[in-house]
Amino acid sequence: MSSHEPSVIVKNLSKSFKLPHEQHTGLKQAIINIFNTNRGYEKQEVLKDISFEIKKGEFYGIVGRNGSGKSTLLKLLAGIYVPDTGLVHINGTLTPFIELGVGFNPELTGRENVFLNGALLGFSRSEMDQMYDNIVQFAELDKFMDQKLKNYSSGMQVRLAFSIAIRAKSDVLLIDEVLAVGDAAFQQKCYKTFLDLKKEGRTIVFITHDMTAVQRFCDKVLILDKGNILTITDPRDASSIYETMNSEPAKPVSKAQQPARRGNGVAIIEDVYINGASKDNGIIIKQGENLSIDFKIHTTSSRPLIVGLAFHDAFGVELAGPNSRGVFMTTESFVSYSVANLPFNLGEYTITAALVDAETEEEMDHVQNITKFSVVSNPRRKQERGKILIPGNWKVK
Amino acid sequence: MVSSFMKIINILSRRNRILLRELVVTDFKLRYQGSVLGYLWSLLKPLMLFTILYLVFVRFLKFGAGEEHFAVSLLLGTVLWTFFTEATGQGMAAIVSRGDLIRKINFPKYIIVISGTISALINLTLNLVVVFVFILINGVDIKWSIFLFPLSILELYIFALALAFALAAVYVKYRDVSHIWEIFLQALFYATPIIYPLSLVVENAGPWIAKLLMLNPVAQIIQDARYSAISNKTLTTQGFIENPFLAAVPYGIVFLLIIFAIFYFKKNQKYFAENV
Repeated sequence: MSSHEPSVIVKNLSKSFKLPHEQHTGLKQAIINIFNTNRGYEKQEVLKDISFEIKKGEFYGIVGRNGSGKSTLLKLLAGIYVPDTGLVHINGTLTPFIELGVGFNPELTGRENVFLNGALLGFSRSEMDQMYDNIVQFAELDKFMDQKLKNYSSGMQVRLAFSIAIRAKSDVLLIDEVLAVGDAAFQQKCYKTFLDLKKEGRTIVFITHDMTAVQRFCDKVLILDKGNILTITDPRDASSIYETMNSEPAKPVSKAQQPARRGNGVAIIEDVYINGASKDNGIIIKQGENLSIDFKIHTTSSRPLIVGLAFHDAFGVELAGPNSRGVFMTTESFVSYSVANLPFNLGEYTITAALVDAETEEEMDHVQNITKFSVVSNPRRKQERGKILIPGNWKVK
Repeated sequence: MVSSFMKIINILSRRNRILLRELVVTDFKLRYQGSVLGYLWSLLKPLMLFTILYLVFVRFLKFGAGEEHFAVSLLLGTVLWTFFTEATGQGMAAIVSRGDLIRKINFPKYIIVISGTISALINLTLNLVVVFVFILINGVDIKWSIFLFPLSILELYIFALALAFALAAVYVKYRDVSHIWEIFLQALFYATPIIYPLSLVVENAGPWIAKLLMLNPVAQIIQDARYSAISNKTLTTQGFIENPFLAAVPYGIVFLLIIFAIFYFKKNQKYFAENV
């Protein structure tokens, strides 16, 4: 068993969902839609062209904020969803479980649920009979097996489900947020089981928010951000990046998040494009790639104008503040600003833009957070720590 | 060719068999949970329906006065019809009602539809035992044709399964289907010679209308079942419609429908997890 053999291959995987603007699971709407060419759909891109490989025996963590596409990715791995484009290839068998206790029925007894759940894992009655005592013992539920599941506490249900799930003999296990429930003692037991599974050389894909668990078990961590791979890195770096990402919403900038605008309005910035894309899309720049910002400016002034910019990171620290020289502009002008090999490290950055009269220094337009962009990892670059990428060179003498 | 053959084998693969069995057992356990009489209800319900129909149509309205063993015919018709409504109804709702499973596990979706129809099939088997007790009590003369009876049941099951597959796939997207189907079933019930003998239609509406009714697979199946188990005087599609091509229409409907339903279900099942 070579440890370099890929167990899971994901290539150029994209998935989007059509979100209807109005709920219409009815024939009436369907009939209306036949005649109505403008369907009430919004296409939500959940995963955007992602590729990665998981090696055999790896404990692979997938982290990301809510809505980053983690669960969709896991469902695509499990074959529950069909990819729009791209492919998912699994070498070996896969446990189809996404969540613990799938198919548990509250009206059945604990015992009956064990057999039902086992059948979903592919175990026959006789196989389950053999494992039954171990399952019950591991879950510490001997006295409760003939009670209906609806009388179980949520912790008891998870314990039972976990005990069954770990019997699966597949090569690849998909686990989604299992450690949320269960007391400390049972969690210890789960951790031990994870380590055992890891020793057996099984590949485990593990989705979680728990950075302690990530640091303890994972060999590699993939960070998802708005459907893109932010980076694939080791657990220690992943934890610090993830915590940075999560600290953003906690920032006391709820007001400043809104684009605040001031100025006399003699000239205004009408539109902003980053690398040709408009500000409504989540703009992604790979680490070390070029950045170009285009401004569409409307002016009624006959005097030269200065365009000023400020780049802020997620903590509100101003990283750079370039200004143009004073230039004469026609009524509708385009001004562009470009940086070769943008030296910003991974993260989200906001841009503030201003138009200033070059002679009077009066502010004509000033838009805070006019647009933002994310820098994501670049497979062609080595990861670096810190906020900025210094264009330095190493030489051994 | 080989791959489609492998797929047929796959339907009965070990994992699928285990799953099918557990789903059917669970359905059966849950159905009469908390009721005192339990499974007895699956026998009592059609018997009670039969009693009502018998009192209204045979006793008061004098339907089937000249027919041989009409009461037993009515019972058999009721039982087969109950199966048809149950299998199609449960099959249709199967995918949606197991949405929680489909969203979280990847497994063959048709297993769920089949399990929905199988619990109806179990009920049918129990009910047929009761029917045969009545057949014996009534002193029906059992003939060799009784061996054809299982064929009618098989055809009915295939027809119900085909409808269940098609309806289940449509129901995931359009919930109106359940209401439409309910009304359609009501219409089909009256268009099928269950509560009235076909001879009544021949007398009152003419042989052409009667022949038209007999093109419906359910009518053909129920009349065939009565012919083989109760009375050789029963008017069947084969015996009543002279043109052999026309008489083959009900079988043709069943055949085309099962092909279409499997194709349609297969095409749509990939997206059940997203749409359900």
